[in-house]
Amino acid sequence: MPAQLIGGIGTSHVPAVGAAIDHGRQDEPYWAPYFEKIEPARQWMADKSPDVCLVVYNDHASAFSLELIPTFALGVAAQFAPADEGYGPRQVPAADGHPELAWHLAESLILDHFDMTIVNEMTIDHGCTVPLSVVYGQPEAWPCKLIPLCVNVIQYPAPTGQRCYDLGGAIRRALDSWPGNERVAILGTGGMSHQLQGERAGLINAEFDVAFLDRIVDDPAGQAAVEHHEYLREAGSEGIELVMWMVMRGALDANVREVYRAHHIPTSNTSNGLLVLENADS
Amino acid sequence: MGTEREYDDIPGTYVFDGRRNAEGYHLNMFCKSLDVSKNRQALHNDPGGYLDQFPMTAEQRMAIDNRDWLRMLQLGGNIYYTYKLAAVDGLNMQEIGAAMSGVTFEEFRQMMIDGGRPADGNRYAHEWSDTEST
Repeated sequence: MPAQLIGGIGTSHVPAVGAAIDHGRQDEPYWAPYFEKIEPARQWMADKSPDVCLVVYNDHASAFSLELIPTFALGVAAQFAPADEGYGPRQVPAADGHPELAWHLAESLILDHFDMTIVNEMTIDHGCTVPLSVVYGQPEAWPCKLIPLCVNVIQYPAPTGQRCYDLGGAIRRALDSWPGNERVAILGTGGMSHQLQGERAGLINAEFDVAFLDRIVDDPAGQAAVEHHEYLREAGSEGIELVMWMVMRGALDANVREVYRAHHIPTSNTSNGLLVLENADS
Repeated sequence: MGTEREYDDIPGTYVFDGRRNAEGYHLNMFCKSLDVSKNRQALHNDPGGYLDQFPMTAEQRMAIDNRDWLRMLQLGGNIYYTYKLAAVDGLNMQEIGAAMSGVTFEEFRQMMIDGGRPADGNRYAHEWSDTEST
């Protein structure tokens, strides 16, 4: 019996959300409406209780820098400690890896023509730890094993939406050929529309975000064809992170069931999205 | 790397491509060095001496000295790197967002609460220059 992909989650990975959780500000008027909206996704995770979370995110100049810029980097370590992003590491548990499954993914993906960078030592920054906090809250230990998959979206060009979508398909083939029976969830993170930099800082495009949420559910192949300049122009320079949701979508079946969706503006400088999908015939 | 790109006409946006990486490498790697606390301390103790280790241009050095967050981007800085310097200064992303877009922190924060900067009127450089000329 192969690994079972129990579903996919799309979520923003805003550092301010992690800070609000870590510093107990979730009930403040600014934050309470957002945290109310994520509750159904937490309930879904608790019900499904995956053994492994494969988190697709981008490192923000924490584990990697401009010295070396891997497009796709897969973490195969036994443990991943939170990164110090300049104000000390987040006070969240280190995550246990799943080296056997991670190595199977690395080998399967490379032989399937996706040239992954393999990482034995890496910290995980807010791009990975905030999604875990979003779906799990504040447990003593993360209730799943973690396989981190870093996508470069800081150095132009990021991999295309199409490439990310196709990588998702290859991840699914790898899971389908794994002899273990682990229950796996895949998280595609980042976005939604936001721009941190320049005179245009603060850009939000709710219309684009809602269309993206609609289309990633019903027309992922169409969404995969959207080019970088459209993301940059319409969703802001950091909105390009949304290509990482395409990896998640590509791992799921063509037909999915939308279990839950939330959209909240603003969290810090971003439009915040949350989407829970299951394979339609699961 | 010198060719025109389809995103070059997005106003107020500095896409971090190969051109900017090459121009800003040492500026960004100075910022990256601040991940390490002893380096933060060294910058604090002797800013000039610490910065001398990084072969930046005089313009880049001036932008750093003046904490001119927008100018850093124009000279090849990347926001995730320059933000490391901002964090050392005790600034948050909305404070430097305000500085880069020429408004106060309060104005910027309120703009975000009100739904952010709209895409309409902010997609193409000509939309900005048209506004400035009228």
